[in-house]
Amino acid sequence: MAYSDKVIDHYDNPRNVGSLDKKAADVGTGLVGAPECGDVMKLQIQVEGDTIVDAKFKTFGCGSAIASSSLATEWIKGKTVNEALSITNTEIVEELSLPPVKIHCSVLAEDAIKAAVSDYKTKQAK
Amino acid sequence: MKTPIYLDYQATTPVDARVLEVMLPYFTEHFGNAASRNHPFGWKAEEAVDTARDEVAKLIGASAKEVVFTSGSTEAINLALKGAVEMYGASDHGKIKGRHIITSLVEHKAVLDTCKHLETRGCEVTYLTPDSTGRVSVEQVAEAMREDTLVVALIWGNNEIGTINPIREIGALCHEKNVLFFVDGTQACGKIPVDVYEDNIDLMCLSAHKLYGPKGVGALFVRRRKPRVRLVSQIDGGGHERGMRSGTLNVTSLVGFGEACRLCRVNLTEEIAHATGLRDRLEARIRASLDEVHLNGNAEHLLPGCLNLSFAYVEGESLLMGINNELAVSSGSACTSASLEPSHVLRAMGVGDELAHSSIRFGIGRNTTEEEVDYAADRIIETVVRLRELSPLYEMALEGIDLSSVEWAGH
Repeated sequence: MAYSDKVIDHYDNPRNVGSLDKKAADVGTGLVGAPECGDVMKLQIQVEGDTIVDAKFKTFGCGSAIASSSLATEWIKGKTVNEALSITNTEIVEELSLPPVKIHCSVLAEDAIKAAVSDYKTKQAK
Repeated sequence: MKTPIYLDYQATTPVDARVLEVMLPYFTEHFGNAASRNHPFGWKAEEAVDTARDEVAKLIGASAKEVVFTSGSTEAINLALKGAVEMYGASDHGKIKGRHIITSLVEHKAVLDTCKHLETRGCEVTYLTPDSTGRVSVEQVAEAMREDTLVVALIWGNNEIGTINPIREIGALCHEKNVLFFVDGTQACGKIPVDVYEDNIDLMCLSAHKLYGPKGVGALFVRRRKPRVRLVSQIDGGGHERGMRSGTLNVTSLVGFGEACRLCRVNLTEEIAHATGLRDRLEARIRASLDEVHLNGNAEHLLPGCLNLSFAYVEGESLLMGINNELAVSSGSACTSASLEPSHVLRAMGVGDELAHSSIRFGIGRNTTEEEVDYAADRIIETVVRLRELSPLYEMALEGIDLSSVEWAGH
């Protein structure tokens, strides 16, 4: 399996690994995937006003899954919550040069972002 | 110590230098066709093939006449199963023994796919579910047997997990019931003691490249005494190998095959000790530093050189990515298979999908050293620790969350 340099880079030097306090009011947590599928991503955002000021991830999955979620946290930091929602998996595929058999990893990363935002918004609505 | 370190000996083995040496003259000097009966070039080649055939036979406790050369185990499996069904399960040969086959869910794809094919030709196949260590029992086989059972086809030493089946006992049962017993001996021959008569076997495949011989040749043991087994050939044209497998023999590779078998036979006891010692050392060193490591296989009945471990909370491909510049191993993870499905063997054993995704198979062989094993263990430990830090599942487990109770979002 030939990995792109960018995937290898994210694997060797993942960005934003860790956890935020999921009980905090300004944190949104997305947990997507399933162990049986071999991919689970937890992506968290910390929001101030409208802007994502911090993002963290943890992933159980292959190199492409780790890279996709690492890249996702990199991209969403500094964006507004709604801008983050417009990130598509295709952009991730392109950036990381994912082969067809790994496209689902990028889809999961997109889902993770959306799940985190959705969780955050739900909290705000309460 | 060179990297990458090869620890995938179930996949294939290097040709032993001594094997290569005996092969070489047959490429350019003694290059005759073993079937050329009328001149010294042919006679010389034939002699070499006879020697090889003897060595293969000796390794497995058979007589030379019972060894049919093929292109490998896969072909031997096809010949055995299709050849038997066509001989005994078809009325145009005047004998209908039956068309029921018993096999297991943890067989190699060569057996499973051949069985699937035979199902399209009117055979019924029972696929036995092994226990959680991947082992099939005599009782299970007995229970599955019917009046029309023609053949039982089981693997001796499992290529993925190393579990060894109770072949001798199952063979005894088959003989009692007058059912043919085919054994996939690919990983067992040359690695553990094999005696086709003591072990009650009627048909068995073996492959040169799994025992330090060249790729492209193998053999099928076809029993001649009590019972005398006959097969319908699958490759016709010239009647070579007693009419069972036509085609000019690959003399050079067969010479290598013979020598490889001889080396395995004379060094068997030593090599068992060598491999077992290193396998146990590898496992112990890993377990000394990591928790939640699961053995996939049967600790008491395990091929000396095979160790399949799952590392909970860490996915297999990501683990391989962290070590594949330095260690050559393989994984039961879906990500590493072209089909995205996890190993059918691990599935059949009831290893949950999640642990199947985290499995790594380590193969130890003739050239493996203590230094290599220690280094491999340390690299695995390092990478698992790092990936567990990245793992949401490990985090949840540390928090005391029961992962089996979580409702996952899924794909």
